Amino acid sequence: MEIENVTLRFGGVTALKDVSFDILEGEICAIIGPNGAGKSSMLNVINGFYHPDEGQIRFRGEHRPTLPPYRIAHMGIARTFQNIALFRGMTTLDNVMTGRVTRMRPNLMKSMLWWGSAEREESENREFVERIIDFLEIQSIRKTLVGRLPYGLQKRVELGRALAAEPSLLLLDEPMAGMNVEEKEDMSRFILDVNDEFGTTIALIEHDMGVVMDISDRVVVMDYGRKIADGPPDEVRNNQTVIDAYLGVQHD
Amino acid sequence: MFYRETGEFRTSYPNDSQTFPIKFDRRLYYIMLFAAFGVIPFLINDYWANAVFVPFLIWAMAALGLNLLTGYCGQISLGTGGFMAVGAYACYKLMTAFPEMSIILCIMFAGVITALVGILFGLPSLRIKGFYLAVATLAAQFFLVWLFNKVPWFYNYSSSGQISAPERTVLGVAVTGSFTEAWAKYLFCLTMVFVFAWVARNLTRGAIGRSWMAIRDMDIAAEIIGVNPMKAKLSAFALSSFYIGMAGAMFFANYLGAIEATEAFGINQSFLVLFMIIIGGLGSIAGSFIGAAFLVLMPVLLKNILVGQMGWNTAIATHLEFIIIGGLIVLVLIVEPHGMAQLWRVAKEKLRLWPFPHAS
Repeated sequence: MEIENVTLRFGGVTALKDVSFDILEGEICAIIGPNGAGKSSMLNVINGFYHPDEGQIRFRGEHRPTLPPYRIAHMGIARTFQNIALFRGMTTLDNVMTGRVTRMRPNLMKSMLWWGSAEREESENREFVERIIDFLEIQSIRKTLVGRLPYGLQKRVELGRALAAEPSLLLLDEPMAGMNVEEKEDMSRFILDVNDEFGTTIALIEHDMGVVMDISDRVVVMDYGRKIADGPPDEVRNNQTVIDAYLGVQHD
Repeated sequence: MFYRETGEFRTSYPNDSQTFPIKFDRRLYYIMLFAAFGVIPFLINDYWANAVFVPFLIWAMAALGLNLLTGYCGQISLGTGGFMAVGAYACYKLMTAFPEMSIILCIMFAGVITALVGILFGLPSLRIKGFYLAVATLAAQFFLVWLFNKVPWFYNYSSSGQISAPERTVLGVAVTGSFTEAWAKYLFCLTMVFVFAWVARNLTRGAIGRSWMAIRDMDIAAEIIGVNPMKAKLSAFALSSFYIGMAGAMFFANYLGAIEATEAFGINQSFLVLFMIIIGGLGSIAGSFIGAAFLVLMPVLLKNILVGQMGWNTAIATHLEFIIIGGLIVLVLIVEPHGMAQLWRVAKEKLRLWPFPHAS
């Protein structure tokens, strides 16, 4: 995935200004920056919710035309949201099964009669979903409505829903916001395992610098809609512009 | 004590996703089916069929339809009366144009025609939601009823402007027309509703139902994870209208026999069906039945108690009936905003633990 000179405006506000960076296959790429730096807008551009006013997105080497978000999901990009966006009236199992939507081709007549391929397709996908449920250790809440679950588990179910699509690129918008240390450790482990076991490319936004520096292969730093740094964690940590953006600059 | 999952092992996914996974529920369901198909037809008379069972079944069908749209897909519609009218008039035209065609096919084709009309009036849902959509669907309600009154072709140029159902038989037994026996009418409606309730259940437990519920619970997230919102919303409108159209066709052909659009399919009917699913439970198949039972049976019951038992004057009883039913609706919504189906769900959860409140 290559992001080339992307600019995004909302009326008079320029949320993203001429941003370019690459997300390489198989890496964990963190996008960081102070509040309002345009990180979430960047993610929304990548998964097609916003369309860039200038510049282009290249996915697997090809220019990606302007498409509705569900078409982009079918191309293998899945994401989680900053404020949990689960389907609250459905069970954990149903939520994760909904993530399989890009992999299922229901036939109306057969689904009405629950016959042949309809039931078979359901069972096959259920089998895959159960692997994800095992992986995320959420077996016990399989049939619980997600609205009743505590925050940390909801985040985990949301990750499960995104994983169910077997994405090639997974976008995580603050996967650890509001978690305690133990939950953060669990979540970091899941992210690393996903990357390891499924080879999924991951782009994540996170504010916890400890976590970011530990798990990511590369860090992209943004401020005021611009990219100010891009590189391995150690390099970024010592970059003067980044330190200025975070800590401020002393006025003479 | 008697409501337990313990000791029931489900070893395959189809087995685990069955409608009634718990033995107690399954038995209850079979007993009810046996009573409905095997006992009631022998006991039923004209009064029970016309005042209680047939209207209950037909409204349950309409409520099922609206529940698919509103309860499962989250799109509010106030056009139910109009769509029932489409079903009724389509059924009438089919019955008179093709006298040889089976009544079952007539009703199903009437449903298909209503589904097409439903898609047309569902188009605004792609742009607007909530209250605004409800107002847009009102257009369907008023326009369709007006259409069936104004264009004589729909009522075959009859001088009264009414349509009336000719006699049709299933397996040699009359199910429409004035010579229909109570049990035949009942059994016909019951079979239709039973089959299509089962179909509704199949739709809602599979991938199609999940994409509807995803749109209902959070439409933007649904679109981002890959649900095509246009397909989901329009298929919900189509299937919902299919059910409502069949309900309208049965309302006309099996229940009333002769109708006039303004009277039979006014805006009141749209609200009635909406109340049924709100009271019964949005997003629940059983809720559609409970809601229909509540709003169809309660007036009959109250009338029997007030007029029959207590000997009150009919006019006063009618007024009281409105007051009591209105009060009950408010009471149900305060006690359980998720409808009576939710009460049943909570009761089952309690039963599972009973008599030990803290065990799990």
